[in-house]
Amino acid sequence: MTYAVELRNVRRVFRARAGVMATERVVRAVDGVSFAMHVGDVLGIVGESGCGKSTLARLILGLLPASAGDVLVDGRSLASMDRRERARLIQPVFQDPFSSLNPRQRIRDIVGLPLAAQGNVSAAQQRDRVMDMLARVGISPDMADRLPAQLSGGQRQRVAIARALVLRPRIVVCDEPTSALDVSVQAQILNLLAELRRDLGLTYLFISHNLAVVEHIATEVAVMYLGRFVEQAPVDALFREPRHPYTRALLASVLTPEPGKGIPDVGLGETYPDPANIPPGCRFHPRCPLVVERCRSEAPEGIVRDGRLTECLLV
Amino acid sequence: MTAVLELTNLHVTFGNTVSAVRGISLEVNRGETHCLVGESGCGKSVTALAIMGLLARGAHRTADVLRFHDFDLTRLSERGMARLRGDKLAMIFQEPMTSLNPAYTIGSQMAEVLERHRGVSRAKALDRAAELLGRVGITAPGMRLKQYPHQLSGGLRQRVMISMALMCDPELLIADEPTTALDVTVQAQILRLLQTLQRELGLALLLITHDLGIVARMADRVSVMYAGEVVESASSDALFAAPTHPYTRGLLRCIPVPGSVRRDEPLGSIPGTVPRIAPDFAGCAFRDRCAHAMPDCARDVPRQAAGIGHEYLCRLPPSWPLSEAA
Repeated sequence: MTYAVELRNVRRVFRARAGVMATERVVRAVDGVSFAMHVGDVLGIVGESGCGKSTLARLILGLLPASAGDVLVDGRSLASMDRRERARLIQPVFQDPFSSLNPRQRIRDIVGLPLAAQGNVSAAQQRDRVMDMLARVGISPDMADRLPAQLSGGQRQRVAIARALVLRPRIVVCDEPTSALDVSVQAQILNLLAELRRDLGLTYLFISHNLAVVEHIATEVAVMYLGRFVEQAPVDALFREPRHPYTRALLASVLTPEPGKGIPDVGLGETYPDPANIPPGCRFHPRCPLVVERCRSEAPEGIVRDGRLTECLLV
Repeated sequence: MTAVLELTNLHVTFGNTVSAVRGISLEVNRGETHCLVGESGCGKSVTALAIMGLLARGAHRTADVLRFHDFDLTRLSERGMARLRGDKLAMIFQEPMTSLNPAYTIGSQMAEVLERHRGVSRAKALDRAAELLGRVGITAPGMRLKQYPHQLSGGLRQRVMISMALMCDPELLIADEPTTALDVTVQAQILRLLQTLQRELGLALLLITHDLGIVARMADRVSVMYAGEVVESASSDALFAAPTHPYTRGLLRCIPVPGSVRRDEPLGSIPGTVPRIAPDFAGCAFRDRCAHAMPDCARDVPRQAAGIGHEYLCRLPPSWPLSEAA
């Protein structure tokens, strides 16, 4: 059977020099990630800023080449496809609907551009498909001739979703799609994404720092730390019984609206992860509340048990 | 007990077109955390800036009462205000990246506060800075004082901002979205720190946030803002036990809470978006998004009591069914 998306030991390295004389910084943003997603899955990827979530999204979209490993979409290597073919299969929705839409184009042209770029769609067909897609995402026809600046943040994100779906892709990569929105609007967009997935049979890769949002929309969750998946499990199992100490800390940090519970002590200390300086042994050990001597020198291998992956020496 | 901060009927307008704050009233007592919660554009940050006297030019502020301790802030000169700010009246902003000066060391920026307000020597001021950095959980404060803001992570910078705000033992601390730019794990650490400091120092804390999760975990009292007005105010316990304004109820249903909503069911949501309010606006600003709107809602809306110290701005009776969908 073919997976919607499959990654085989994918790595991406960035090299940066702060000045002419400075030593080169090597950032291992994605440091050996493997996973496979079935059609119709929603894989939620959570982690702190700098953990490599967005780099991973760009690798899967083909916007960045991998330094090593293979990215397969619909069973075929992403590297072997041309841009048009890739665009028909996989599309992005980004965080900021203010900067991801061309401010000088009308809504209908923004949504129509992917069709026009394919070059095989008549003007009449393009118009029909754009209007059909705008209706699906809840944008009324009279807004089609407006500019992005005349729309609210939620409406802009609906337009970004319409643009992503107009080519009828199978896979959508959502990188923090609701982080720039207010909660009341966030709920509207999450509901829309869930409805579209059901109606169009889409597969989502859903990146977010908000665990409550991921819990709501994902079927499977991967926890990313300094470029690696340290835990991956079906959503219910992960939230019911987190195994990796980092996952537990992340879950403890979710502030649900329950008065009287106070602010939890997440127990991660003062050190922050730096992707240019990955610690030896287990990469999480400087912050881990359960650290033992072995963790400082021995890098854990991913262990798969009951369909769940955990990368920790103590599990 | 008299409140540390008291404001009554505060209005802020920008020119003739935008009414950002429309008659809000609130109090913050010693040792109390008062949360001002609302979505973007509701006027919560403008309220904070109005209290601090930091509104942009072109803004117009009026209030029946705007009092901090014995100071009538409506009459205080700019000079008098500058003497209070950073001294007894301190503020922390959302972006620890942009609110520190990149060209000066942490130590120099922190020491300046005390040198300016108390006239102490640089050496004494640096001692105090080191002590406070230790207090907010920074190890090796001596080293940090010599560093520049870019050498610190976001969480550390926000700790620096907090300790800088504490340099002169303030009595009121206004924190405007202090953790919004931070990761969730760091957010929990910073909020825990604020809570501890607030209790130990008996600070009055006015915490501005869009996050009802933070409100539930931090607040003693809550004011829910919508389109420039406080639409509901109550103790935190009362607000979460019996939210009464349709907006508050709607907002609470929008928040995904792990384990509370079945995955195949939609989240509650509020249709539409926050309106822009001109100074001549009348009636309930929420009426276009409210399922219970009536023609009467376009006229004046009553402020009603739903319990002791629990008020809301709506014509619905306080007992309208709690389970009912907004």
